[in-house]
Amino acid sequence: MKQVISIILVLLIGVLIFGALYFSSDESLKFNEYGKVNLADRVSEKYIDKSVNGGSGVVEYQKSEGLESGSANYVTSIIVNYRSFDTLGEVTVLFISAFGVALLLGGKRKRQKNMFEPNFILKHGARLVFGLMVIFGVYMFSHGHLTPGGGFPGGSIIAASILLLYMADNEFRAKMKSLKATEGIAGSLYVIIGLLAVVLGGYFLANFLPTGIVGDLLSGGVIPIVYILIGLKVGSELSGIIDSFVTKEVE
Amino acid sequence: MRAIFLKTEREVNKVQILEIVEIVIGALMLIIGIMAINAKKLLNSIIYLSIISMLAVVAFVLMKAPDVAVTEAVIGSGLVTAIFVFTLFSTRKEGEDL
Amino acid sequence: MMIQYIAILLMLVGIYGLLSQRNVIKMIVSLNIFEIGLNVFIISIGYVKDGVAPILTSVNNSSSLMFVDPLPHALVLTAIVIGVGVTALALALARKMHKKYGTYELDEMGGEA
Repeated sequence: MKQVISIILVLLIGVLIFGALYFSSDESLKFNEYGKVNLADRVSEKYIDKSVNGGSGVVEYQKSEGLESGSANYVTSIIVNYRSFDTLGEVTVLFISAFGVALLLGGKRKRQKNMFEPNFILKHGARLVFGLMVIFGVYMFSHGHLTPGGGFPGGSIIAASILLLYMADNEFRAKMKSLKATEGIAGSLYVIIGLLAVVLGGYFLANFLPTGIVGDLLSGGVIPIVYILIGLKVGSELSGIIDSFVTKEVE
Repeated sequence: MRAIFLKTEREVNKVQILEIVEIVIGALMLIIGIMAINAKKLLNSIIYLSIISMLAVVAFVLMKAPDVAVTEAVIGSGLVTAIFVFTLFSTRKEGEDL
Repeated sequence: MMIQYIAILLMLVGIYGLLSQRNVIKMIVSLNIFEIGLNVFIISIGYVKDGVAPILTSVNNSSSLMFVDPLPHALVLTAIVIGVGVTALALALARKMHKKYGTYELDEMGGEA
């Protein structure tokens, strides 16, 4: 009985969504055909030409200089420069969820017994792979303005390397005090950079360092610094969540 | 003239192959989604969720979005599956099957 | 075009799982299926036929080429990471529920009406 009612409700919702998106007679609600989008109708054209505050000209790789946001990756320049306040809100939501997990599964904890004994290859190969993974994660969040990736996948790779160390050894525990200190310092530095930009740039989270040539490593103003801070904060937060899940309470 | 005719035939083949790959991946995602909800054991359901995540990474690459594909690959395969499995392992008794 | 319809169908499969299952772990799995379908749908809005990925490289080195829309990519990056946070909090709640009542089914958990 419950399944029949739920199937009828789901079909009703599906008919409503399809009818509103593809068959409505109101021109402002109907979707374009898939793939035939004219970017000049949307706001993204100003993000691609880097001309939100005025300015003109074609942006060229390793030729243009002194633009308003000098990173070669367009998605990075949207997340960290044009819409940096939304990134601050997202970092806050992650902090609240890690805080909630630590509150629910808190108290004095010790390592619980694994369900299997680690293999020979796992025990001795994990140390080698851990070094490579940390180097790859640091590369990914420090080159966020030149290559795809950025702070969020870089931090997640560092958290996954700590998960590998947890599974390779039955007695390993990461040092929680240094993880919490890293997370707190990185988060506060992000807000302090924003407040410093009020003094030097005019508004909260402005770009006050000089942006160099598009495509260099030291370009983009304050963008690489903010991505390094976000990478460290996300990595230590997710490692704290993994540690809360693997341990159990001391009776 | 014959060279121009052969070139357009190869381009038409490439566009058709990409569309067929999109349809196959979409159909697989739907079938495995329904299998994940009606599974008997809980461990099978978690593994099907991991497979759906990997197929979504392939769909992101086909739509030319490399940032999103890297983020979903790391989070979907490494972290979400791990915390599901650790929750399931910590609540079963000794010697019992999941 | 087909990938947009399939993303909407995947969202409907997730809603069906949320409405009809009584096991807490399966409800969280259905929530994750719904979020994956939603992310695929948002990215399929910004796709341009014969466009290239939105990064300036030494091969695509000018801003007058036809790029894919980069604004939905920024929204989806935020949505994926927030989905991980919600899943972690929900699983911590499920573990505390199992410790108190001993089961994962919602029908067998007692308590006052």
